[in-house]
Amino acid sequence: MPETATPIDKRPMVLLTPAFIAIMALVVIPMSFILVYSFYENVDLAVDRVAFQFGNWEQLFSDNYYHSAIWKTLKISVVVTVLAAVLGYLPAYFIAMTTFRHKWLLLLLLILPFWVSFIIRTLSWIHILGNQGALNGLFQWLGLADAPVRMMFNEFSVMVGLIHVFLPYMILNIYVSLEGIDRNLEPAARTLGATPWQAFREVTLPLSLPGLAAGSLLVFVLTGGSYVTPLILGGPSDFLFGNLIYDSVVTELNWPMGATLSFTLLVLLGSVVILYSRFMGLNQLSKAFG
Amino acid sequence: MGMNAWAFIRFYTIMVYTFMFAPIAVVLLLAFNSSQFGGFPIEGLSLRWFHALFENEAIMRAFRTSFSLGLLTALVATTIGILAAMALVRYQFRGKDWVTTFLISPVLVPETVLAVGLLIFLRWLHMPRSFTLLLLGHSIIALPFVVLVVQARLVGIRREYEEAARSLGASPMQTFFSVTFPLLLPAIFAGALFAFTISFDNITATIFWRPSGMETVPTQIFGMLRHSVSPEINALGFVMICITVGLPLLAGGLARYFSRRKI
Repeated sequence: MPETATPIDKRPMVLLTPAFIAIMALVVIPMSFILVYSFYENVDLAVDRVAFQFGNWEQLFSDNYYHSAIWKTLKISVVVTVLAAVLGYLPAYFIAMTTFRHKWLLLLLLILPFWVSFIIRTLSWIHILGNQGALNGLFQWLGLADAPVRMMFNEFSVMVGLIHVFLPYMILNIYVSLEGIDRNLEPAARTLGATPWQAFREVTLPLSLPGLAAGSLLVFVLTGGSYVTPLILGGPSDFLFGNLIYDSVVTELNWPMGATLSFTLLVLLGSVVILYSRFMGLNQLSKAFG
Repeated sequence: MGMNAWAFIRFYTIMVYTFMFAPIAVVLLLAFNSSQFGGFPIEGLSLRWFHALFENEAIMRAFRTSFSLGLLTALVATTIGILAAMALVRYQFRGKDWVTTFLISPVLVPETVLAVGLLIFLRWLHMPRSFTLLLLGHSIIALPFVVLVVQARLVGIRREYEEAARSLGASPMQTFFSVTFPLLLPAIFAGALFAFTISFDNITATIFWRPSGMETVPTQIFGMLRHSVSPEINALGFVMICITVGLPLLAGGLARYFSRRKI
């Protein structure tokens, strides 16, 4: 079919303009303002002075408090990502390979958590792990414990809450890449003499790595940017880097420091995203929406 | 895969699904607990906490705020998102990959950072926090998801239908409203539903953006949580789950019903 040959078609640009303006005004320009604001000077509660000084950055680089928060955030993000991958791979494999007639139901159940309110899913763990929670009730009923076992408001409960909330992203991404694998490959490997485990390890697993990587990136970045989960499920010492930002901006009203910390988090998590996109490209991320 | 290995995988899957849904089921169950404490044990079944909920003026106000915010976010994000998705699906142009990356970039920025950035920008402009800030902010958070969802649906709509209408003498306007728009409706609806849910559920950025005294349902729940869960929160959770899960399920079911009737 002959395309109408206009040299430059302006229509796509017109259609894209509103989105461009919105992203420029609400994301790109504000991001550069964070950097500018990080050089401002905090004078008092909610009072700051236009300046170009490095006080905030010096504080960030010299104070151990911030360093330990970065390490803790990194550690928790890695642990949550690894556990989500371990928990998520087999269910994704099951959904992709099953011959179960109602496979759609398993898929629907996988999407369902995205629709259940984040804060409800988070606080629900108080009902499971808390002193009056289901597990403690079970322990007492079985006679395993006389007094409630403390399982809440520590690093463990924060990680459980984070895994619970982000696990569906992992499963969905692994599932999408497993679903795209040619079904004849594993049997072909078998006919060539591979054991089932070899066929999986040499054929299916490598082909599913893009999904595993996309899921891991999402879980890692989402965990690294969290601050609400530690506030609800953590104790006073269980804070992530995001909590420092929350404290600066919402509690201490120290905006320049909040800007400095925000820019740091942007650079830390942004470099993970850029590293990922260098190797994988960003296309895999959008496949889960197909 | 051997039989034993497959049985193990199935068992593992069931356990993981239990891990995902048991806590939610517990909230749904505890909403009907008549006890004056939010947790176990269950002393009896009652609807008293739903009553308390509907009589709680603060919660009802938060509901109204969340609803209007969600609807307006759906309107704004879907309008902008549909236009952008149409450009991506319908036209070939240079640098399309870059444009796509730019359109999904708001997702790649940690939400906390996005929230602080916009807040600081507004402060520099000497503008106070407002409902409009929440609306614009929620729209930009929802936009990438709307673009991706709508784009996936648009790919399936074939251009031949429009060309046929045009060749039969319809004007571009007529073609759009009687052919393109009806075909777009499911995509528009899917995008709007997504945007509504994202806005209705958002707490991370909302805490930063809301003007003092204004609460959405999630921030209201957050405020009510002081290291213990009141039974009212469970009832509120029940209602929220009914809305955010029930709406899409209902929409999906209706869509399936109508598409079946057409054939």
